[in-house]
Amino acid sequence: MAHPHQQKLRINGPVVITANRLADGVVIHRTGEGRWSESLDDAQVVRAADEALAALKAAQADGLIAVGPYVAPVEAAASARPGNLREKIRSDGPTFPLPSDAPAAYLPKEAGKVAA
Amino acid sequence: MYVYDEFDRTFIAERAEQFRDQVARRLSGELTEDEFKPLRLMNGVYLQLHAYMLRVAIPYGTLSSTQLRKIAEVGRVYDKGYGHFTTRQNIQFNWIKLSDMPDVLESLAEAGLHAIQTSGNCIRNITTDQWAGVAPDEIEDPRFWAEVLRQWSSLHPEFTFLPRKFKIAIAATPHDRAAIKVHDIGLRLVRNDAGEVGFEVLVGGGLGRSPFLGKFLRDFVPREHLISYLEAILRTYNAHGRRDNIYKARIKILVHEIGVEKLKADVEKEWERIRDGYLKLDDAFLADIRSRFVYPEYEPLEDAPEELKRALAADARFATWHANSVARHREPGYGIVTVSLKPIGKPPGDATSGQLDALADLADTYSAGEIRVGHEQNLALPHVRQKDLYALWRKLDAAGLATPNVNLISDMITCPGLDYCSLANARSIPIATAIAERFADLDKARSVGRLHVNISGCINACGHHHVGHIGILGVEKNDREFYQITLGGKADEDARFGDLLGPAIPYDEVTDTIERIVNRYLDLRQSESELFIDTVKRLGVEPFKEALHAVH
Ligand code: HEM
Ligand code: SF4
Repeated sequence: MAHPHQQKLRINGPVVITANRLADGVVIHRTGEGRWSESLDDAQVVRAADEALAALKAAQADGLIAVGPYVAPVEAAASARPGNLREKIRSDGPTFPLPSDAPAAYLPKEAGKVAA
Repeated sequence: MYVYDEFDRTFIAERAEQFRDQVARRLSGELTEDEFKPLRLMNGVYLQLHAYMLRVAIPYGTLSSTQLRKIAEVGRVYDKGYGHFTTRQNIQFNWIKLSDMPDVLESLAEAGLHAIQTSGNCIRNITTDQWAGVAPDEIEDPRFWAEVLRQWSSLHPEFTFLPRKFKIAIAATPHDRAAIKVHDIGLRLVRNDAGEVGFEVLVGGGLGRSPFLGKFLRDFVPREHLISYLEAILRTYNAHGRRDNIYKARIKILVHEIGVEKLKADVEKEWERIRDGYLKLDDAFLADIRSRFVYPEYEPLEDAPEELKRALAADARFATWHANSVARHREPGYGIVTVSLKPIGKPPGDATSGQLDALADLADTYSAGEIRVGHEQNLALPHVRQKDLYALWRKLDAAGLATPNVNLISDMITCPGLDYCSLANARSIPIATAIAERFADLDKARSVGRLHVNISGCINACGHHHVGHIGILGVEKNDREFYQITLGGKADEDARFGDLLGPAIPYDEVTDTIERIVNRYLDLRQSESELFIDTVKRLGVEPFKEALHAVH
């Protein structure tokens, strides 16, 4: 997954402008109205490099809401889907259940099973 | 335990207040991100993929039960109910809001905890053996010297903006549990022919993109000169380290480029100038620090008490855990208990707030209120009476903290990888959990014996893959996750880097490949006592290469 800072503005497919929200770090995406949304569905999907660059520049000027905006690939069907694993993890969270104190959640699978 | 003085307590609280102001100025727009980023990094705050991350220091890996409860509380109140212990005696919280960060730091400060110098180009948290002060064969407690260095390096005005981060580790036993050879400076407590205690000094070790083992700089620095000697090293590095290129900025590259002899000449020259000045440690200062390390009052006990013998004979699961997780203590009748944070199928190094609270209670009852954190991402209870081991085990077991897999294949060092980290190429944690599940039958894992698998999600090597017996490194090919495998690495006194087995393999093939490597070892080993690492040492990686290719 290319680190965003290594990305040149050469796009080959639909993209969105994405960032983290300043106050809490939550993943946000830029909308067509120049606002930010937690939902990728609301994101403005762009297909041309100059359009993406203009949107990125505008996003960069928005430093009070968004930190580290960059151009991320999406799969655009009826609504946008994350375009690679990195973006999928940003949108859906880690790919395993998070540790939890819910009863039995952390019982070792081998409990009661070990023989000497 | 070390008891902080008023100066430290005030300092930590003031620092939290200062950060509150900085966060407020950022949120109001007075500070731009470019201005704010170095300030947040100085307070251990990173931005990861989905949220901010806070890295809290656990100086020399020692925590009181009160501090552990505080960590549990922060996890519960401000995070998602868990934290992640790292390889450098830190704990990381993954989901804290920036706007909550000042409250978190203030709350941590109440327990003497802080995030100062856990990030940025400064001298980082000084690490040491998690068995410090209780290992039977140690020269003296290395935490004492880690504390001397902590006081010297905290906010050291000259060394706050080094060319790059700077990591120091100290070992005090012949067997190195602190990985000192892969630190910028590695210190080993030694005794010279006259019986005096001092330090052997290694310099220029490190992992990452260009791994190097530390080189010998001096075989004996008298202890009163520890600070002046390190000051001379840091000053030389600060003057000559490469600030022009972030990939060449660590001291390891300086050592590599100018050679250790040249570095040594420069260091010695500077040291000569300053060694007998104000940095020379006087006895009163050392005595003061020593007096603030409080040890439990050990009872006069004997090894292998009846209660223990009976329990070992009666309960096979307990006996298995005991053989795996309890180590010899300096004091007769006591043991050091390693608490595995590698339950099968769970993210390595993670612990929930509930588990941490349970552990704090157990530490109060059974371990003089003290908990240790080691670089293998496990915890330890350092002062347990052998006669209490059975009772302790039953409670650890109930809390999911008694997986008897310490040093076995499922006891992996694993970085957060692409599930959290914005620098990652590939995931680490699901690779680790899949391997652990493949070897969930701990009888099988035990028959394999000691085997360290270390996993990093990118070349930065936070998961120490270079020094794993089996190292797994995530790389990216055409936007897909691939992994390079190395064999034969070691992190201890005989440290070496693993050798590449062959081309990188895709995500789906990693677990099968690791299993084939282990099976190949079982075929190749000369006897059951030949460890994996020794078979690789004897035969090299060549006979393992067939494991890369599935036999269909
Ligand atoms: C947001 C999370 C993290 C970031 C951004 C990060 C960043 C980095 C970078 C850039 C390096 C390479 C430094 C260099 O070569 O100069 C590095 C090395 C390292 N990090 Fe991390 N890291 C993170 C998490 C962790 C974690 C979770 C651990 C412990 C499990 C860790 C422990 C280490 C260690 C031991 C090294 C290699 C030792 C060395 O400095 O040579 N880091 N990290
Ligand atoms: S090794 Fe790479 S992926 Fe893993 S935590 Fe370090 S920087 Fe992130």
